Amino acid sequence: MTTFDSGGEHLLRELAPQVLGAVVRRFGDFAAAEDAVQEALLAAAMQWPSEGLPDNPRGWLIHVAARRMTDQLRAELARRRREAIVVMQATDDEQIVPGPDSGTREEQDDTLVLLFMCCHPALTRSSAIALTLRAVGGLTTAEIANAYLVPEATMAQRISRAKQRIKTSGIAFRLPAEKDRSERLAAVLHVLYLIFNEGYATSIGASLQRADLASEAIRLARAVHRLLPGDGEVAGLLALMLLTDARRAARTGPDGELISLDKQDRTLWDRRAIEDGVALVTAALSRGSIGAYQLQAAVAALHDEAARAEDTDWPQILALYGLLKRMSDNPMVALNHAIAAAMVEGPEAGLKLLHALDADPRIGGHYRLAAVRAHLLELAGNRDAAIAQYQFAAARTASVPERNYLTTQAARLAEAGASG
Amino acid sequence: MKFMLMMHAPRAGWTTAGIGTWPPDDIKAHINFMRRFAVELKDAGELVGAEGLAGPEEARVVRAGKGGAPEVTDGPFPEAKEFLAGYWIVDVDSRERAYEIAARASAAPGKGGVPVNMPIEVREVMSAPPSDL
Repeated sequence: MTTFDSGGEHLLRELAPQVLGAVVRRFGDFAAAEDAVQEALLAAAMQWPSEGLPDNPRGWLIHVAARRMTDQLRAELARRRREAIVVMQATDDEQIVPGPDSGTREEQDDTLVLLFMCCHPALTRSSAIALTLRAVGGLTTAEIANAYLVPEATMAQRISRAKQRIKTSGIAFRLPAEKDRSERLAAVLHVLYLIFNEGYATSIGASLQRADLASEAIRLARAVHRLLPGDGEVAGLLALMLLTDARRAARTGPDGELISLDKQDRTLWDRRAIEDGVALVTAALSRGSIGAYQLQAAVAALHDEAARAEDTDWPQILALYGLLKRMSDNPMVALNHAIAAAMVEGPEAGLKLLHALDADPRIGGHYRLAAVRAHLLELAGNRDAAIAQYQFAAARTASVPERNYLTTQAARLAEAGASG
Repeated sequence: MKFMLMMHAPRAGWTTAGIGTWPPDDIKAHINFMRRFAVELKDAGELVGAEGLAGPEEARVVRAGKGGAPEVTDGPFPEAKEFLAGYWIVDVDSRERAYEIAARASAAPGKGGVPVNMPIEVREVMSAPPSDL
């Protein structure tokens, strides 16, 4: 027996999808199995710290979860017997033989199968996120509710509806058919991306603890990368997360105020994460595969590798956004492309590209367009117009730190105008 | 995305045509609707919070007086034509879904079971910034 320490919780989370996979394969009922595994995880979190780690933690968890399942089945059977409708043989939980802790191929695949299930396109985005965090991430409902700042009862309901949806949609516990594989994988990656975004975006000031979501997304992306090491987009997403998260400490000031990339203290960046991310994206791109996550990771790598903001390889970034723009019709990509163009060819070139975006209903009038325009107008020396655009953007963002940042930018320019 | 849905009631006619003047069964139907509506939102995994507010008669406006002591005056701002009767905070996937919920709330039954058609102001709740990915 070993002692249960901080690594114990990590182990529990690591084992969660493997245990769930084993129980689902044994009993078939995903929704009930997922509840049973949550109970087993809670039991372990209660017992292991005082009683020590069992010799076979994975087997222990499967055993406890399976017992819950059989208890439930027995209760159900007893009820049915009383009603004299059907007579069935009770299942014997001893039939479950705990396997060794080293994950076999099948157990590892379970993690992937679970991800495909939890991120199924039939689910709404928010329920897919919640279910993934619980069933694959091993987080409790309370932890997920806390991370998304909604009441626990609401989150519990969201998860139970997601499971209900899986049931009624007849989504099976198996890998998707080969022809659907890439589309379904894209859905999985998108969910992980959203989890990361939520955590990274909110890792400021008072909500620092929510940064756990970013770490959780990285952990899950690592797991997928281990299972599909040859997939360029999986590697690209993991690299993108690492390269972005590397800047976390420098991204906000002491009062939670946002610090733009060019003003960040680059000595605070996480070198180790940058090295990992760069290695991942370099390897992926050298295999000749190409995809949106890899390209975004390559952009992030170029930013992270510049010792000073003025050393940034903007021509290369411009080329990458050019590629991204050709791959997908995404206004946010077009926005970043315009910034890169401004950095390479001058603010007027960027402003010209922004002008074309005004007609796009997805982003015309959006605060992000105004914020970028403000920045480029400032670079072009058009102070009054820049102030107006900063103020326009500040009034339209739904983010407190961003509003503070934009308002401060407008005020700074106005002050410079008054004194100059 | 979180949204606050604010139900505004007209100030004019509040005492002569407000909910307090409806027949008891209509009041009951209205209250039942609101209760069921909240349960529905909770079951959908979308409800963050909801409260109905006491009438404007008891409302006070407070400013910091000398030394920060509360300086209390009567009622909502006298120039206001409407007052906040209650609110919901929902966590939804899209702005359109928030509008849908607001429309449902607006259709709450009023006098004689006719939908009140109360205006619902929909405001996004401020959050952290989207990531700069």
